[in-house]
Amino acid sequence: MASDTFYLRQTPLVVLLPPRARAGVLGWLRANLFSSPFNIGLTAICVILIAWVVPPLLRFLLVNATWSGDRAACLPSADNPHPGACWAFVRVWLSYFVYGFYPIAQRWRVDLFFVALAFGIGWLAWLRAPRRDVAALYFFVVLPVLSLILLCGFPLIGLPGVSTVLWGGVLVTIVVATVGMVCSLPLGILLALARRSQIPVVKWLAVMFIEFVRGVPLITVLFMASVMLPLFVPEQLSPDKLLRALIGVAMFASAYMAEVIRAGLIAIPRGQYEAAQALGLGYWRTTALVVLPQALRVTLPNIVNVFIALFKDTTLVFIVGIFDFLRTIEAARGDPRWTSPIVSITGYAFAALFYFVCCYGMSRYVHGMERRLARRSG
Amino acid sequence: MKRFATAFAIATVLALGIQAAAAQATLKAVKDRGELWCGSNGQLSGFGMPDQQGNWTGFDVDFCRAIAAAIFDDPTKVKFVPLTAANRLTAVQSGEVDVLSRNTTWTMSRDTQLGIDFAAVHYYDGQGFMVRKSQKLSSALELNDATVCVQQGTTTELNLADFFRSNNMSLKTVTFATADEAVKAYEAGRCDAYTTDSSGLYGVRTQLAEPTASMVLPEIISKEPLSPAVRQGDDNWEDIVRWTHYAMVDAEELGVSKTNLAEQMSSANPDIRRLLGVEGQFGESMGLTNDWAARIIKAVGNYGESFERNVGQGSPLKIARGLNALWTKGGLQYGLPIR
Repeated sequence: MASDTFYLRQTPLVVLLPPRARAGVLGWLRANLFSSPFNIGLTAICVILIAWVVPPLLRFLLVNATWSGDRAACLPSADNPHPGACWAFVRVWLSYFVYGFYPIAQRWRVDLFFVALAFGIGWLAWLRAPRRDVAALYFFVVLPVLSLILLCGFPLIGLPGVSTVLWGGVLVTIVVATVGMVCSLPLGILLALARRSQIPVVKWLAVMFIEFVRGVPLITVLFMASVMLPLFVPEQLSPDKLLRALIGVAMFASAYMAEVIRAGLIAIPRGQYEAAQALGLGYWRTTALVVLPQALRVTLPNIVNVFIALFKDTTLVFIVGIFDFLRTIEAARGDPRWTSPIVSITGYAFAALFYFVCCYGMSRYVHGMERRLARRSG
Repeated sequence: MKRFATAFAIATVLALGIQAAAAQATLKAVKDRGELWCGSNGQLSGFGMPDQQGNWTGFDVDFCRAIAAAIFDDPTKVKFVPLTAANRLTAVQSGEVDVLSRNTTWTMSRDTQLGIDFAAVHYYDGQGFMVRKSQKLSSALELNDATVCVQQGTTTELNLADFFRSNNMSLKTVTFATADEAVKAYEAGRCDAYTTDSSGLYGVRTQLAEPTASMVLPEIISKEPLSPAVRQGDDNWEDIVRWTHYAMVDAEELGVSKTNLAEQMSSANPDIRRLLGVEGQFGESMGLTNDWAARIIKAVGNYGESFERNVGQGSPLKIARGLNALWTKGGLQYGLPIR
């Protein structure tokens, strides 16, 4: 029976493009920005906010900015009635912002320290780098010794001593932040483990330390260290000012870190401990191989939170009379050869930029790492 | 037992040694270490502040350089320690610095209760007023009914109220938490005048958008004698610091300056001969060399030179000499005689 009737289609259906409104830029916009009346409203508000903030900011920071010249060049004039940021000021004072009072002839040592530090961080942070075990050795053993010799001096090998009183600017900010971060993680882990310990003495010591340190503001600790301590100990034994601040910051950060990590320890299900015990692992191996890797992964965002807070808290070392990055800017903006309202604003804008870049950088790196860890754990 | 006694004796000697070291003459300590430790402000323009290379400059800084010059004949042998208002006095008490040269007011309670001594008034400061030139005022007594911007919670606020009350003038104050806000309000025209210590007023004026549109009125309504301070208990060291100041003032009175120092060395004036150490043993009596004052003048100049260079007409601050002029010119700086 010949028939033109088919029950099966013999030619494939023409593939149609998705509706225009669902593909490409338009589709993305629709899905992400205009998916509901509420989102449309939000988008509109954001656009207005951006239009309101960004152009004047760019105009101030870039378009109308003064890049070279002196104080007069930064002031309102006929051809620039609304002057923007006075980057000339930052340029002239930059070396002071970076090195503080560090002797000019010796500043290469600080540069070398920055390079060594950046190298260490890069090696450790790049997850696919070769020999990361060597990197850890370099970062936690070689680098501290090298930095100490470079920055403080070692007359025996021809590096004249540089008192920490002369340190300042970015150098101090980086040193205080790095020491705080590097000390606080291991100390925090130990304190958190001690607080969950079955041995009462260890447990109560940890509880007392954490609660005491968390109970007082950092500024008070620094203040006590700088104002009270010298009165109690003889002049010769009084520790270096910067060292006092470093100890204060490290103690502080480790107390906070301990609580963050304890949260991670609590989050580990009991079954994990029991399984480890069933396999015959002792306390230390259970902790090191089973509990801590999971706890640290859970608490990673909070750990970074502590780091970022610590980085910004470094500005408090001014209380001890140490000129950190922010303080050098404050000092320079009072320079009578430069001072004007624009110069002050520029100084603070520069500080904001610096802190933002550092903190945002840390945050992005860890975000990437979190995603990687999430993938791995499936 | 004998061993224990020996150990105890050694410990006692060591402990006494530390005690003795603490009370040891500051001058010897400074000479041994090869540099003077000087506490300064670090962010007060004209008085103590780093320049772009991180070198310290300013009127208070010059004073420490003068002491270093008197001791070492080298004004660079100073380690400056930046101090805050909160930790400056402790730094002197604990020996962290040999001398504090940081806009510190000499008051009785500080002098008698805190274990520190003040050497000599190096700068007479006091509270003043800044007004807009367009107001055409010439005296603070014309500020009746004026609105004054002031930082709250400071002695400045009290002085202001006292001044207006004692002169039967009415006052409207606008207070702000920080000095920056108070200045902003003054600039925005919310007040007729801004008040703080007069040395600060000149610094603030340079930070205004139009510094030349404002002026500082001549009246000083409070006493802020600023003096370098040393730890109590080392009279010789206090003498050195005190006479460093008077040598600078004496040099200005006698017309000895950085530029004419060489010719003045052969001057016939006995005052100048004693000052410059051509005659007499005045430097050696303090444990210095007899040309101590000549070294000071060579390094930083006389009082007037240091003043004009750092805060006076030679600087952007342009502070008038006022109370800090020599007594012969209507000021309060009076050089004690060297004889």
